[in-house]
Amino acid sequence: MTRPTVAVWKFASCDGCQLTLLDCEDELLAIAAALDLRLFLEAGPDELLDHYDISLVEGSITTPGDVERIADVRTRSEVLVTIGACATAGGIQALRNGSSVADYCATVYARPEWIETLATSTPIADHVRVDHELRGCPISKQQLLDTVTALLARRRPPITTHSVCIECKQASTPCLLVAEGIACLGPITHAGCAALCPSVHRGCFGCFGPAETVNIDALHTAWTAAGVSDDDLLRTLQTFNVAAPSFSDAADHVVERSSSENEARR
Amino acid sequence: MTHDRAPRRFQVEALTRVEGEGGLVVEVRDGELADVRLRIFEPPRFFEGFLRGRSYTEPPDITARICGICPVAYQMSACQAIEAACGVEVDDGIRTLRHLLYCGEWIESHVLHIHLLHAPDFLGYPSGIAMAADHRAEVERGLALKKIGNRIVEVVGGRAVHPVSVRVGGFYNVPTATAMRDLAIDLRDALAMAVDVARWVAAFPTPDHRLPDDMPLVALRHPTEYPMLGERLVSTTGLDIGVDEFPDHFIEEQVEHSTALHGTTSAGDRYLVGPLARFALNADHLAPRAATLAAELGLDAAERNPFRSILVRAIETVHACEVALGIAEAYTPPERSAVPVASRAAAGSGWSEAPRGLLWHRYELAADGRIAAARIVPPTSQNQPAIEHDLAHLIGHSLHLDDDDLEAVCEQAVRNYDPCISCATHFLDLRVIRS
Repeated sequence: MTRPTVAVWKFASCDGCQLTLLDCEDELLAIAAALDLRLFLEAGPDELLDHYDISLVEGSITTPGDVERIADVRTRSEVLVTIGACATAGGIQALRNGSSVADYCATVYARPEWIETLATSTPIADHVRVDHELRGCPISKQQLLDTVTALLARRRPPITTHSVCIECKQASTPCLLVAEGIACLGPITHAGCAALCPSVHRGCFGCFGPAETVNIDALHTAWTAAGVSDDDLLRTLQTFNVAAPSFSDAADHVVERSSSENEARR
Repeated sequence: MTHDRAPRRFQVEALTRVEGEGGLVVEVRDGELADVRLRIFEPPRFFEGFLRGRSYTEPPDITARICGICPVAYQMSACQAIEAACGVEVDDGIRTLRHLLYCGEWIESHVLHIHLLHAPDFLGYPSGIAMAADHRAEVERGLALKKIGNRIVEVVGGRAVHPVSVRVGGFYNVPTATAMRDLAIDLRDALAMAVDVARWVAAFPTPDHRLPDDMPLVALRHPTEYPMLGERLVSTTGLDIGVDEFPDHFIEEQVEHSTALHGTTSAGDRYLVGPLARFALNADHLAPRAATLAAELGLDAAERNPFRSILVRAIETVHACEVALGIAEAYTPPERSAVPVASRAAAGSGWSEAPRGLLWHRYELAADGRIAAARIVPPTSQNQPAIEHDLAHLIGHSLHLDDDDLEAVCEQAVRNYDPCISCATHFLDLRVIRS
């Protein structure tokens, strides 16, 4: 694969993940020399080809038209990489799932009948085969560069699946949850951000979605010990990666445990 | 080659170099412009819907996700609205850090727009990357300047896209004096680069065009500062109002061709927000270097040519570098990083000047600290009718052009407004139908 053809596609999203590519200020012109960027509307290229070597896909599927469009994108793409929480888990707009979209639509729009939308926001992998995924809300610039470099070298992208906790240890950041009782979702959250929030004295709130293994029971106990309400834990699980299966299972677990403990107290 | 009377139709599926996805439909009948519609088909994401029931502490993180290009604007308007509802005022040191953070976003967003989205129109290239083949030094300078803008957001906010340090009441953590000293060194370079960028942009060939005279310009105003965090809203038609009065004077309507609402004055008139409006109403508050440079480059408050908005962005970038440098040089870490904010059953509004213009938020909080109702009015929905009106005006004078040239002029003109369609819906495919 010498100078692969590349497309950047957008579905429902905030543009922040594709912007991360333009935020590679030191590397952008080198990237543009190594890659043959044919479709990247935000930056200018707009050539619709039958075949791209690499497609980067941002955003989630929220309209009937986009269900068809992502299938078409797959047929044009040799390697398809989803970038960001919207594409990998449905994004924050998946908060609509399980709610009344008609109700949401009426909250925002006076004429909901002019709006075409699905009841759910779903990740790309629910619709087509995905070759690699980059987590995060937004993605990490370093992971994007590492992935592009790996694809150029025909290697597997070096994305680890462990939790944010490992990154705190690597950065020598003391554990906020253990040492200070600050609610932190790091133990069950996928690495990739270099443990950013703990480094600014804030508990992780799950931008990168679930780590490979999620022990919600232990986290629930630790958060309760830190004086955090079940409501706050549930809300944190139900934010940027609300529809990621491990986080939604974890939320169900919190609800069950919470109600059985209330039952026992009665 | 002209087509005075013959039916004409052309179509650009996707307008490029804008943020988000939409289109433009132009209809020409019997040689006269019949209709211009800025189509926005970015899928709706319903932020105002799912904010209901969330905690009063969450809007800075949640609304940042409306836009990856201007998350700081969302965070600042959201924080101020909730603090207003809770009856809290932040310490001066915290406000100063917010001002610095905002400077970072203006630099990053304006420099991205100038170099990668808009300059290629003026110099005749399809993209910033293609432009770099012939103008490598200028593009590299732009990228270096953009990087320093992002650096500010990283130092103050923790991350360039969707900063993590911001919270209602202030910050989770404030920069160290050492980090700020390093930033000041970068900012001295940034200021010199920004001045060179403004001189470069000022020399671009600029189409002759003027906004319609009846277009009100609207921007925030501050007693002493060029308004990022303004206090009053003022207009060229004499309006001067406070943040809670906004809904009494401005409304949003839904139109069939757009998933973004259309903003108008309560009398139904279009109006314009953004750099041109800000500059027209606040040029007297520019920082000294920016003010001197604007005068030297022939830019004054009477400027109404939208094709000069790229120069206004460049001057605003100089201003932001100057202000940021001043803050970084005078910095001592504030005593506390945030003021405590206790929720109460109340409503509050907040606003600030996003790089693209006014961004207004309002939240109603319930007694338990949950959000009962949220309303967000982003700059691009306010500008959409004004953009359509200006395009109609421009196309009316440009019908002698052939389709390709007309299309190029329309696209360049849309980019004058740096529309952020991700914000407004929350892109553009250009269609000209001539019959």
